[in-house]
Amino acid sequence: MTALIELKGVEKHYGDYHALRGIDLEIRAGEFFSLLGPSGCGKTTLLRTIAGLEEVSSGSIRIDGRDMKGVAANHRPTNMVFQSYAVFPHLTVAENVGFGLRRDPRGKSEKARAVEEALDMVGLAGYGKRRAHALSGGQRQRVALARALILKPKVLLLDEPLSALDRLMREQMQLELIRLQRQVGITFILVTHDQEEALVMSDRIAVMFEGEIGQLADPETLYRRPATKRVAQFIGKMNFLPGALSADRREIDIAGLGRVATADLATSGEIDGAVSVGIRPETLAILFEGETAPRREVQGVVSEVVYYGDMTYYDVRVDGIDRPLTVSMKNLIGRPVLDVGAAARLAWDERALVLLPG
Amino acid sequence: MGLGSFAKSEGGRAATLLAPPFLYALALLALPILAVVLFSFWTQDFMTIDTRFTLANYREFFDKPIYGVLLGRSLMVSGIVTLVTVLLAYPVAYFLSFHVPSHRKSLWLFLITIPFWTSYLIRVFLWKVILGYNGVINSGLVGAGIIDEPLSFILYNVNAVIITLAHAFAPFAILPIFVALEKIDRSLIEASRDLGETRLTTFFRVTLPLSMPGLVAAVLIVFIPTIGDYVTPELMGGAGGKLIANMIQTQFLQLNNAPMGAAIAMVAMVCVTAIALVFVALNRRWLRGRG
Amino acid sequence: MRGAPLRVYAILYLLFLYAPITLLPLFAFNDATIIAFPLSGFTTHWFTDLVANAALRQAVGNSLFIAAMTAIFATLLGLCAARAGAMARFPGKGGIIGFVMLPLVLPEIIVAVSLLIVLRQVLGLNLNNWTVISAHVLICTPFSIAILNGAFQNLDPSIEEAAMDLGESRFSAFRLVTLPLVMPGIISSMLIAFTISLDEFIIAFFLTGANPTMPVYIWGLLRFPAQLPVVMALGTILVALSVTLLIIAELFRRRGLARAGIKDTGGFL
Repeated sequence: MTALIELKGVEKHYGDYHALRGIDLEIRAGEFFSLLGPSGCGKTTLLRTIAGLEEVSSGSIRIDGRDMKGVAANHRPTNMVFQSYAVFPHLTVAENVGFGLRRDPRGKSEKARAVEEALDMVGLAGYGKRRAHALSGGQRQRVALARALILKPKVLLLDEPLSALDRLMREQMQLELIRLQRQVGITFILVTHDQEEALVMSDRIAVMFEGEIGQLADPETLYRRPATKRVAQFIGKMNFLPGALSADRREIDIAGLGRVATADLATSGEIDGAVSVGIRPETLAILFEGETAPRREVQGVVSEVVYYGDMTYYDVRVDGIDRPLTVSMKNLIGRPVLDVGAAARLAWDERALVLLPG
Repeated sequence: MGLGSFAKSEGGRAATLLAPPFLYALALLALPILAVVLFSFWTQDFMTIDTRFTLANYREFFDKPIYGVLLGRSLMVSGIVTLVTVLLAYPVAYFLSFHVPSHRKSLWLFLITIPFWTSYLIRVFLWKVILGYNGVINSGLVGAGIIDEPLSFILYNVNAVIITLAHAFAPFAILPIFVALEKIDRSLIEASRDLGETRLTTFFRVTLPLSMPGLVAAVLIVFIPTIGDYVTPELMGGAGGKLIANMIQTQFLQLNNAPMGAAIAMVAMVCVTAIALVFVALNRRWLRGRG
Repeated sequence: MRGAPLRVYAILYLLFLYAPITLLPLFAFNDATIIAFPLSGFTTHWFTDLVANAALRQAVGNSLFIAAMTAIFATLLGLCAARAGAMARFPGKGGIIGFVMLPLVLPEIIVAVSLLIVLRQVLGLNLNNWTVISAHVLICTPFSIAILNGAFQNLDPSIEEAAMDLGESRFSAFRLVTLPLVMPGIISSMLIAFTISLDEFIIAFFLTGANPTMPVYIWGLLRFPAQLPVVMALGTILVALSVTLLIIAELFRRRGLARAGIKDTGGFL
């Protein structure tokens, strides 16, 4: 697949503040792409430079092979769903959806039909005559979506579109956005700070910190083989253990766990210098009476118990490790919840370890 | 950032938009005030202006007692008016903010501001009708047999000026205090009650200090403009109730002595500004002393 | 503090505010030259006198022209400042806006004498309606800014961006989206500036030319006791007019809030 959007060395400065530092990025046609990061990481600024709402300080943006330098937002083949939805409060739902068709040469009735179709697509059929300010948050968002999609942009930009919705509504809209994207086949670029949302919805995710891309990968790679501790911490939970590589780099001595062959560990690339080893809480398991570890086992003591209903998180102290290991256990029938101070045997698997720099 | 990219940036467009009102105020406010400063150092020589620099106008101001008396009386009247207006207004603003249901607030504000928007001249004149020798109060009191002779101490003196000004500036005092009270997070007051304070001590320890910015704004917005009013003293003050603004007006329009008028205006403005600044500074220190 | 005594106090305060105005219609329709109680009888001939007075008609005409021009120019300047206020910061912005708002707290006589010096002595111009207009625009602009600031700050900044994103240029986005949303604010700003200018005396007295404005003409009438009932009649009309304009302004302000889908929280300023 060829790149629909190409960013080369994109920088954005506000005075001394560097919002974007040399972003290189290619986004493919038809992709559901997410920009994920904590607030202030530059993800929204990046989206706005693609939309043409901010000018880049340096670097270039090409969309569909065309350089976007000096091209204003209204002349770009992109449309945006704003965080606040920005639904025009003085217009009706139909007027909002048809807003961008003003310069469209089609006749009135054809435009009206297009508006009806767009409303139908987002599940708002029959809402056309309502005043926009009387709508609920979820309905406003659908209006914003229909308003952008009716123009058949090459790229749909979504700026934290789900953050203002409650949890149930958010989960429903996530699935609906995926369905919609498959239906229209338009490239979606989603900005979000919610790692779960990004994992659920995206084909690929760029994780951003402080104006730079920390890692760009598909959701599974991002989760299984994070490139840095920072990415690993931002996406899910992870325990970090210091490790020491042998001189020939074939073996690694992990604090508290012992020696492991380096080849067994997942990694996202060559690592120089100091190394750590990451373990996700769900890849560790506490062994109950009569259970044996399929591969490796280590002894510890429970120091903290947090009960979540479907899961219980334990902190387990293990000799040789400064900080306790966090372990998550499904609360299966018949499995007791342990108390603080209980002895715990931990099962672990070297194939679940990730080799990380630092 | 180059000048070109600044002009295109949002800050640049904001600056461009702000230019017309700024230039207007510069041309019709800043430059004219500068001209007043300049004129105050010149003298009127019959029909022409003598443009040699001199302190003669200021010397005259401080030599002749009449100017000092008028300025002193002006500051006193403005001070009393401010005190009366703000003290009377605070409970109203408090009532509006804390006891009027929110959908009724704009109606109350509307009712309070309406009298302010009606002709100032006519309002001042109506007070003359109320307080006059044959006015509403006197004819009412005489008619009711409470007094035999009409009261004379309520018109053509400083008292009448103070009453009229206090009435005219009432809404100016209420609005800023109301805005400041509205901004107070209501949970702060609940927190104070929860921590053992009574309604009254909560008012003095929480509500009043937090509404201070509004109170200061109210004081300034009443004190400063009242110095510049010559209508009320002219109509209500009689011979003994004239103020410094009347003197400025007389110098400019009757005596045709613009430089002297300019010097008086300068002295008055400097006094008002100094008092306002001292007031703001004292208030800041007081608030910090508490915090 | 308790509510009930405060409510009584607030109502008494309102009565104090309204007491003088209520006298206006009483004496405007009172069949006596002397403004005093007891009232003599009903008449409307003070109003007919008013209409017959050619000099007054001219003064009213002047004032209406001045007020209309002031409303337009003050609102245009206010629009610029309020829109700039809602946009990005730049160095010195706060100071500039503060400076433009300064006439709000400046004694009016200072504005009056400073303009008189510049216009008469420095520029040697003759005083006319436009000299009054220039001063009235100066003192009305802060009020316009205050009103329009409210209108602009209620706007979601993404709304104009959304219009540009949907294909409109910067100017047409302003025209199609922002302007309709702040239009109630514009109308209410024009009405307020009109009302202030119509009533303003302190400055007009200094800057008015050969044809006096209405308040300056009233000031002249106040010296003649025989003319006072006519002033009362005129005052009645003016108060009725002001109240009507204010109610319209308030209705527009509320409609603006409703249009933007915002709950009402306060008054004009």
